[in-house]
Amino acid sequence: MFEEPSHKESILLHLDPRIKRVVVFSFSIVVAILNRIPVLLCALIFALLFVLTAKVSIKELIKRLTPVNMLVGFLWLFLPFTFPGKPLFYLGSLSVTYEGVLYATKISIKSNAIMLMMIVLVATTSIFTLGHSMHALRIPQKIVHLFFFTYRYIHVMKREYVRLVNSMKIRGFKAKTNLHTYKTFAYMIGMILVRSFDRAQRVHNAMLCRGFKGNLYSLKTFSIKKRDMVSLVLVIVIIIVLGVLEWKKTI
Amino acid sequence: MLKNNSRSIKNIKPRRCGHHEDTLFWWFFFAKTGQNKEANSIMHISEGVLSPVVLIGGAVAAAAGVAAGLKNLEQNDIPTLGILSAAFFVATLIHVPVGPVSAHLVLNGMVGLILGWKAFPVILIGTALQALLFQYGGITTLGVNTFNMAFPAVICYFLFGWGITPNSRRTVVIITAFCSGFFAVMITGLLVGLSLYLTGEAFLPAAKLIVVAHFPVMLIEGILVVACVLFLKKLRPELLESAYAKR
Repeated sequence: MFEEPSHKESILLHLDPRIKRVVVFSFSIVVAILNRIPVLLCALIFALLFVLTAKVSIKELIKRLTPVNMLVGFLWLFLPFTFPGKPLFYLGSLSVTYEGVLYATKISIKSNAIMLMMIVLVATTSIFTLGHSMHALRIPQKIVHLFFFTYRYIHVMKREYVRLVNSMKIRGFKAKTNLHTYKTFAYMIGMILVRSFDRAQRVHNAMLCRGFKGNLYSLKTFSIKKRDMVSLVLVIVIIIVLGVLEWKKTI
Repeated sequence: MLKNNSRSIKNIKPRRCGHHEDTLFWWFFFAKTGQNKEANSIMHISEGVLSPVVLIGGAVAAAAGVAAGLKNLEQNDIPTLGILSAAFFVATLIHVPVGPVSAHLVLNGMVGLILGWKAFPVILIGTALQALLFQYGGITTLGVNTFNMAFPAVICYFLFGWGITPNSRRTVVIITAFCSGFFAVMITGLLVGLSLYLTGEAFLPAAKLIVVAHFPVMLIEGILVVACVLFLKKLRPELLESAYAKR
């Protein structure tokens, strides 16, 4: 359930994770601010090029784009009708406004462009490497450590959860809309919490035995090579061009 | 023998064993995605929807909350807190049947009761991981989403946390636990609606519908938190001493 996408051999796989993080972050912010459809389309094409370079499979892409497009789809049900503007056509007594359709289109392009970049990031970097790069980017140490521990133990907790669900199923539990179901789920959550609490105590003691003083040391060192710099400059230039296109209203 | 690979996990998901089939109306709100995942993704606003002002506001507010949460957090407590937050992360993935559909739990009331201000960093990590692993939410909306979930948790901790101690009376525990589960989801729904509304007036009907659609989830969360707190009170009262919240 928590699988990361497969990391296929590509140029992006070997780039410095710090660079990737910075690039994706700045791209997301700029695209979130952009407001004109031609520029947004440019950004979408740019993101698609990245997806092609990262060799993400279509199946994976569709699977990961669905959650975003669900909210976008939900907004499409409303925005064309509620956005003030001149009516495009009528659906019964409701008028679909030109501006509303435009606005909803903008949101769809924006969401998908940013998400594509994010998928590229996840598809070319393991989550642990991302954590280490957070550390290198001076994000507070406590947050980075919390991130590591949470990610490390999600899988363990998931196993506990699966064990509990298995034992519930063996005893013939069926989820329905009634108090018994909710109580059972609540007890299960309580049990997961209790087990995690006990495990936390054990892990902490074991760590103390091994001399834990509140620091985690990374064996990974990052080095910025020539190709990292080149790609960083290239992408930053493209992002600036997007910004200028938006600002100067050239297209 | 059930193996722990993803295929068998998929087969034993609780929602698969229920009799709840989707009606067309609910389809739009809890739309099915593929075989095994069903997302209540209206709790996480995705990228590109909100206006820059709302995004910045949310990020600043979330940063302040996270700073407050980290202030009293000892470096030594981080392994414990990390494992607890992993447990909460897994618990929020449980599907609970609500009439014809199933919904994800939010559980921010529960997080707030146990962790207090530390709910902010824990929920920050949770939303970040959800964005990275399942693409719910995103990078630019990280701040807003964290605030929308964590702020109600902290409010509920301060409003109702007093009632949930190992020594308090059963009725007091039931009422305060229900309120914290109920109101945490309600305030989250209101905040999600508000963030959409502040982006543009045109979002108002959608925002209203989101708040209304949350109502069944609120009730269920309330009941769940009551049962869960009573269970913990019996089994492991020290978890309810808000040791993590106060430290």
